[in-house]
Amino acid sequence: MALERYDIAVIGAGVIGCAIARAFTLDGAKVVVLEKAADVLDGASKGNSAILHTGFDAPEGSLEQRCVAEGHAEYLSIREGLGLPLDPCGALVLAWNAEEEARLPALLAQGHANGVRDATPLTAAQIRSEEPNLSPRLRAGFRVPGESLIDPWSAPHAYLLQALLNGATLLRNAEVTGGQHDGTDWHLDTAAGPLRAGLVINAAGLWGDLLDERLLGQRDFTIRPRKGQFVVYDKSAAALARHILLPVPTEKTKGIVLCRTAFGNLLVGPTAEDQEDRVTAALVPDTLAALRAKGEEILPRLRDHEVTSLYAGLRPATQYKEYRIKAHPDRAMITVGGIRSTGLSSALGTAKHVRALAETLGHRAAPLADPVTPRLPNISATAPRDCHAPGHDGLICPCEEVTRREVEAALTGPLAPNTLAGLKRRTRVTMGRCQGFYCSAALARLTEGRLAQPMTGPTDRMED
Amino acid sequence: MTRIAIIGAGPTGLSAAATLASAGHAVTVIEREPEPGGIPRHCGHSPYGMREYRRLLSGRAYARRLAATAATAGAQIRLSTHVTALHPGGRIDLLTPDGPETLTPDRVLLAMGCRESSRAARMIGGTKPGGVLNTGALQGLVYLDHLTPFRRPVILGTEMVAFSALLTCRHAGIRPVAMVEPGPRPIARFPAALLPKALGVPLLTRTQVTAIEGEDRVRAIHLATPKGARRIEADGLILTGLFRPETQLLRPGPVLLDPGTGGPQIDQYGRCSDPAYFAAGNLLRGVETAGHCWAEGRAVAQAVLADLEGHLPAPETGCALTTGAPLRYVLPQRIVTGDLPPAFPQLYLRLAEPARGTLLLTAPETQAALGQIDSRPERRLSLPLPAPSVAAAEVTLRQP
Ligand SMILES: Cc1cc2nc3c(=O)[nH]c(=O)nc-3n(C[C@H](O)[C@H](O)[C@H](O)COP(=O)(O)OP(=O)(O)OC[C@H]3O[C@@H](n4cnc5c(N)ncnc54)[C@H](O)[C@@H]3O)c2cc1C
Ligand SMILES: Cc1cc2nc3c(=O)[nH]c(=O)nc-3n(C[C@H](O)[C@H](O)[C@H](O)COP(=O)(O)OP(=O)(O)OC[C@H]3O[C@@H](n4cnc5c(N)ncnc54)[C@H](O)[C@@H]3O)c2cc1C
Repeated sequence: MALERYDIAVIGAGVIGCAIARAFTLDGAKVVVLEKAADVLDGASKGNSAILHTGFDAPEGSLEQRCVAEGHAEYLSIREGLGLPLDPCGALVLAWNAEEEARLPALLAQGHANGVRDATPLTAAQIRSEEPNLSPRLRAGFRVPGESLIDPWSAPHAYLLQALLNGATLLRNAEVTGGQHDGTDWHLDTAAGPLRAGLVINAAGLWGDLLDERLLGQRDFTIRPRKGQFVVYDKSAAALARHILLPVPTEKTKGIVLCRTAFGNLLVGPTAEDQEDRVTAALVPDTLAALRAKGEEILPRLRDHEVTSLYAGLRPATQYKEYRIKAHPDRAMITVGGIRSTGLSSALGTAKHVRALAETLGHRAAPLADPVTPRLPNISATAPRDCHAPGHDGLICPCEEVTRREVEAALTGPLAPNTLAGLKRRTRVTMGRCQGFYCSAALARLTEGRLAQPMTGPTDRMED
Repeated sequence: MTRIAIIGAGPTGLSAAATLASAGHAVTVIEREPEPGGIPRHCGHSPYGMREYRRLLSGRAYARRLAATAATAGAQIRLSTHVTALHPGGRIDLLTPDGPETLTPDRVLLAMGCRESSRAARMIGGTKPGGVLNTGALQGLVYLDHLTPFRRPVILGTEMVAFSALLTCRHAGIRPVAMVEPGPRPIARFPAALLPKALGVPLLTRTQVTAIEGEDRVRAIHLATPKGARRIEADGLILTGLFRPETQLLRPGPVLLDPGTGGPQIDQYGRCSDPAYFAAGNLLRGVETAGHCWAEGRAVAQAVLADLEGHLPAPETGCALTTGAPLRYVLPQRIVTGDLPPAFPQLYLRLAEPARGTLLLTAPETQAALGQIDSRPERRLSLPLPAPSVAAAEVTLRQP
C-alpha cells in the first residue's frame, strides 16, 4: 500500500514547528506536522514570559541575534492581518548596584551593534519619572523601545492555523518513534501510523537531541532543561509598571523580569534552574516566595496585591548558548534544536532561515499565489474583546471576561483543542483570579463530550 | 422614584432588593451568573433558610425563594451581566450579553460576596494537573452538573466550609482520603469537627500541603507533617476556606478598601468612603452564614432608605477606627455621629492569632476599655458599638 507522502514533515508543534509549518506551506509545499502530545504547544512553548525581544542582548553576529531580529520584524508586519496582539510598551534595563551600572555602557553598545539603534541611556531620575513605583535603590539604566509584549499562545496558534487552512495536515498524539531515509524519502514511524516525507525538520524542542539520535543515530548536542518559575499578580497590580523591567543579564540567563502580560496581569520571573526532567516543571514554594520578595524589592507596592497564578516552563537549553540549527544534506533532514530562551520572538525568523537551508538541500519553493489569512479572535487586553460585541451569550469566566461564544468558537475548527489546557491557552478560561471557583462547573457542562480528555476525569456522570 | 443598583444576586443583594423594592424604589440587581442566588445556588445540602423562612431549605431551594421574594417585591434582576467598573458618585459600567452599557443610579449597593483562596494564592508547589478545586467549584460540579471530578481527594482546611465539602463528597460517593489542617486543631467547632471521624476520614492536624503530583490528573499529594514529609495517593485536592472578599472590581477605586478585612471600608450604616456606595454581606470580610448576610442586606437596605429620605448622619464625620496585631480587623471602620439606629449595631472583630486580654479603644488623649476577650482567629467577636468622641481611635488589646 502506498503511504501518504508529504514534501515536508515538521516534527514538533511548539512555536518553532508552527512557524516552520507556516513558512513551508506558504511556499507551496505539502506539509505534515507531527506532535506527540494530545495538543499543540505542550512542551517548552507552554509557558514563557511572552516578550517579543529585539535581540539587543544576543551575542553579536550570532544566528540567534539574526533570527530574533528577523522574527521580530516579521511579527510586526504580519500581526495585524492575523489579529495578533502587541503591547509596544518598551523595556527598561535597570542597574541596581555599581557593578551592574558599570556593565550598562557595554550592553548598550552591544544593542547598537545588534541593530537596536534606538536604545538610549537614562538616569535614575529619568526612569523614576516614568516608573514612580520603582524602588529608590535604582542606579541607572537604558531604554529599549522595541521590546514588546505579545500573547505566547495566539501567535503560534495563528502560524499553525494559517498552515492548516492552506493545506497542511496536523497529527496529534503522533509521536515519531523512528524512521529510515531510503536515499530519496523518509519513511517515518509515528504513533498515528507510518508516512513518507521528502524532508524532515526536527523541531522537537525539549526532545530534539533524542529525536536526532532516533532518526540519525547521533546527536550534536544534549538538552539540559532549564526551568523558569513565575508568579503572576492580580490585574490590579498591572498599573504598577508601564515598561518591561529587565535586569542586567548574565551569561546564563536574562534574569528576573517584571512586566505586565498581554492579558493585563503583572508577572515576576523566570528563575533559571537546570534539571534532568524534560516533562515536569515543578513549582517550588520557597523559590516562588523568593521571587515574590525579589519583585517587591523592585516594586515595593507589589506587597499590596494578591497572586493570581503560578506557573513554570522548561527552556530547551543545551551545552551551547547558540541555537543548534543544522542541515544534514545526506539524510534530507534539518535539526532546529536548542532554541532556548528566545524562541517566541525568533520563530518567524528561524523559519525563514530553515527555509533557506532547505533550498541548499534541493527543496524548491512555489509560493502560494493567494494564501488564506485567518484572523484569530483577540483574547488580550490590548484591544476590544468578544464580550464587547453583542450576542456573546454571557461570560463563562468572569475574571478573564471570556464569553460562551468565544469558548464555542474555540471548540470548533481545524485547531480545536482536545484538552482543558489547550482550551485555556486558546481562550484563557479559568486562568484568572478565582482560578475556577466561579467557572469550573459551567465550563465542565459546556465542554462535556467535546474534549478528548474531559475535565472531570474518569468517572463522570452520576444519576440525577 | 429613586434608582438603586445592587451588584450581586446572592442572599445579601436579594434581601436588600426585596426591602428597597417594597419601599417603592426602582431596584436593579445585576448578576453575572445566568441564574440568581449566589453561592447557595451551587449548594445542594441544608441548612439554609431557618432565619429567613423559618424552615430548613437546600441551598438551591433557598436561592429560588430569595429570587422570587425580590422579584415579587418589584426588583428587576439582570442576569448574565457583569459589572466591570465603578466610578465616583455611583456611575457603573456593565458588560451585558448585548455589549457594554453604563448606569447612573442614585445609590449602589455592593454585594459581590467572597471566594475561597486559590491554589496560587496559597503558594502550593508541584505540578498543575486537573482535579484541584475549591469547595465552590466542587459544589457547582456535583449539584448543578452531577459530575464527579475525582474519587479519592484530599481536603485542605477545616473551616465550616470544609465540612460542607465533606458532605458534598458523601452525596456524590466521593471518599476523601484525608482532611488536612495546618493548625493544631480543627477550626470549625463541635459538632462539625466530629464529622471526619464519623465518615471515616483521617484528620491530620499541624500538617501542610506542600506539593501536588501528577501530569493530567492528580496522582498524589505531598504533605509536611510533624513527623516529616509524607506522600498520600489521591486523585484530587479540595481547597477549602481562606475566604477573600471579591474585590477585583474595587481595586482602582472609588471606594477605599480595608487591608484587614480585604473588603470596602464602611460606617455603621454600611456606607462606603464614596457615599453613593453602600456594601453588605461577605464582600465586607469573608464568609459568614447566608442568614447573617441576608440580615445584613436588609439592615443596610434600611440605611439606604433613610439616606434617600435625608435622615442618615453626614458621612466622614465621627471617628475612624483602625487596629493592629494581634487583631486582624474591626468592622465597621468608621462610626459617624448621629442617633439613627445603625445597620451594624455591633462592632465586629477578628484576631490574627489566638490571644486574650482587655480590648481598649485608644486615642492620643484617652483610653476606654471595651471588654475582655480570650479567643482564636476563626471566631467572630462582637461588642456593643462604642460612641467615641474623638476623630480617630485604635482598637488595641492589652494582654496580661
Ligand atoms: C521560562 C521561560 C521564559 C521564556 N521567555 C521567553 C520570552 O519572553 N520571549 C521569547 O521569545 N522566548 C521565551 N522563551 C523561550 C521559548 O518559550 C522557547 O524558545 C520556545 O518555546 C521553544 O519552542 P520549540 O518549538 O523549539 O520547542 P517546544 O515548545 O518544546 O516544542 C517541541 C514539540 O515537539 C514535540 N515532540 C517532541 N518529541 C517529539 C516526537 N518524537 N514526535 C513528535 N513530537 C515530538 C513536543 O511534544 C513539543 O510540543 C522562554 C522560555 C521559558 C521556558
Ligand atoms: C461552599 C460553601 C458552602 C456554604 N454552606 C452554607 C450553609 O450550609 N449554610 C449557610 O448559611 N451558609 C453557607 N455558606 C455561606 C453562604 O453561602 C454565604 O454566606 C452567602 O452566599 C453570602 O451571600 P452574599 O450575597 O454576600 O454573597 P454570594 O452568595 O457570594 O453572592 C455574590 C454574587 O455576586 C455576584 N457578583 C460578584 N461580582 C460581580 C460583578 N462584578 N458583577 C455582577 N455580579 C457579581 C456573584 O456572581 C454572586 O452571585 C456556604 C458558602 C460556601 C462557599
